Amino acid sequence: MTAATPTAPAQVPAAAAAEHRQGWGGLLASEWTKIRSVRSTVWTLLLFVVISIGLGALFTWLTVANWNGPRAAPRDARVILDPVGFILGAGLGLGQLTLCVLGVLVISTEYSTGVIRASLLAVPRRLKMLTAKSVVFAALLLVVAEIVVFGSFFLGAAILHSHVPVALSDHNVTRAVVGSGLYLTVLGLFSLAIGAIIRHTAGAITTAIGVVFVLPILSGLLPGSWGAHINGYLPEQAGVLIGQSQPAAGDVLSAWEGFGVFCLWTAVLLALAGYLLQRRDA
Amino acid sequence: MIEVSDLTKRYGDKVAVDHLSFTVEPGRVTGFLGPNGAGKSTTMRLVLGLDYPNTGTATINGKHYRELPSPLRTVGALLEAKSVHGGRTARNHLLFLAQTQGLPRSRVDEVLGLVGLQEVADKRAGSFSLGMSQRLGIAAALLGDPQVLLLDEPVNGLDPEGVLWIRNLMKQLATEGRTILVSSHLMNEMAVTADYLIVIGRGKLIVESSTEDVIARSTDKSVRVRTPDAARLTELITAAGGTSAPGENGGGPAAPGNGAELLTVTGLPAARIGELAASASIVLHELTPVASLEEAFMELTSGSVEFGRRDRPGQPSQPDPVNATQGGAR
Repeated sequence: MTAATPTAPAQVPAAAAAEHRQGWGGLLASEWTKIRSVRSTVWTLLLFVVISIGLGALFTWLTVANWNGPRAAPRDARVILDPVGFILGAGLGLGQLTLCVLGVLVISTEYSTGVIRASLLAVPRRLKMLTAKSVVFAALLLVVAEIVVFGSFFLGAAILHSHVPVALSDHNVTRAVVGSGLYLTVLGLFSLAIGAIIRHTAGAITTAIGVVFVLPILSGLLPGSWGAHINGYLPEQAGVLIGQSQPAAGDVLSAWEGFGVFCLWTAVLLALAGYLLQRRDA
Repeated sequence: MIEVSDLTKRYGDKVAVDHLSFTVEPGRVTGFLGPNGAGKSTTMRLVLGLDYPNTGTATINGKHYRELPSPLRTVGALLEAKSVHGGRTARNHLLFLAQTQGLPRSRVDEVLGLVGLQEVADKRAGSFSLGMSQRLGIAAALLGDPQVLLLDEPVNGLDPEGVLWIRNLMKQLATEGRTILVSSHLMNEMAVTADYLIVIGRGKLIVESSTEDVIARSTDKSVRVRTPDAARLTELITAAGGTSAPGENGGGPAAPGNGAELLTVTGLPAARIGELAASASIVLHELTPVASLEEAFMELTSGSVEFGRRDRPGQPSQPDPVNATQGGAR
């Protein structure tokens, strides 16, 4: 590396400096640059696509292969009642884990690497930074998630076709497919909020996964109807309802109610994240 | 211009910055000097709006950092702690910063060229040496062509070539009329870089003056003399217009069994004291001008270092550090 002789930095017009205010276009472009320029984004999204579509197809194929098999009757009945819910759930159940991780990483790595300092020096209005980041991340996830859920659905429907034909034109099916993409997008934001609140990658991932995967199992053990209600209002339990074409036995919320509850959880966490970001030393 | 007024920051019980006030003027390099843990980095973080003060204010050109419409076009900062994602290329790091300020892509290439990183622009920053990382940090600071620069320990860990480069760069930028605040814990480095010094210790202002003044005030005319015949020498010194005070032993061990007494003489150069002693046949065991900049700095900050400084490795042992009779408290 050669030492450059110090020369005067090129002149940025002074008038522009005085007049310039930070526009949303620049902030969104900046967050997009950040997200696309680290490997973790690419790898996690790739994993998301492979797991979701791959496992979805695998489980659907195994179900078809084992159709009418011994003790398969209750499962077959569920597939017949809600084929789209089955197809999507098979892959997304695990695939959504990667989005929890990515959501956390998008913000927690800023803290672990110290980039947050550069980010906040560039955008000292911290809520603007968090908003731009959330918008860009949500847009990216929406595109990827919709591609994945549609891909997963068409593949699964093709595999399932001989036993349970299902099409987008069937009752509630389009809503379930599109809605699953929405659910995954909001799940990413939900995780991002947890990452912003906790600020440490390991702790935040553990928390996000705990809330999404472990909490429903624990609350499922609660007895009685109040137990069912607590369980039904948990973020993940409420959110996934939008991916069903038919309500399952014991659901306490409708599909859109469930999605609304999940969005509310996410909004509350994002608000808390924003409040803490404003208040805490960076 | 940077104005810091009555700034205080506590972390828990620990007071990092303690009612600190100073002003950094444009057109010169202002050194921000203090031992490790004196509160230099914290002060910079407070000025930059990263941390919030408990009391007081810090403004840049009359505004809080947060109120700057496009901050990187006004203020550039190099923080001591890393603020680059190791997996991101240098170019992308600068690009995302440029985009927040509405700066064109071409500006990224310009600053990469300016700091000599154009050849590694598309390498991941995690693979950079300390010197290259420091250059990337400087590039980020210069991105918006700011009028105000805050550099926290910019020469830390750099090779001599890098040190010289940063030193010249700062001088050049100051010549252009910019406001430069550069922190260091090395007095010698500041002596050759800074035109003006703000010295702090334990979060408090110790001295704020021109570099020459700080050095002069703390070092000149102070000579350490050790002699078994202190009374007679003191007389001679007083007659010659100097002032002699019994040197404090400073908690150090007494000089090995000769009963010699320590004096701190001000107002006379060491050579003159030697002549006086010789003319009266007074034996001197020691005649030391307290002239090193390090010494001046230690004098200024004695009692204000966070960690003990006695018996620092690499320092010649000094059983009787001179606790200044002047310049130490202000």
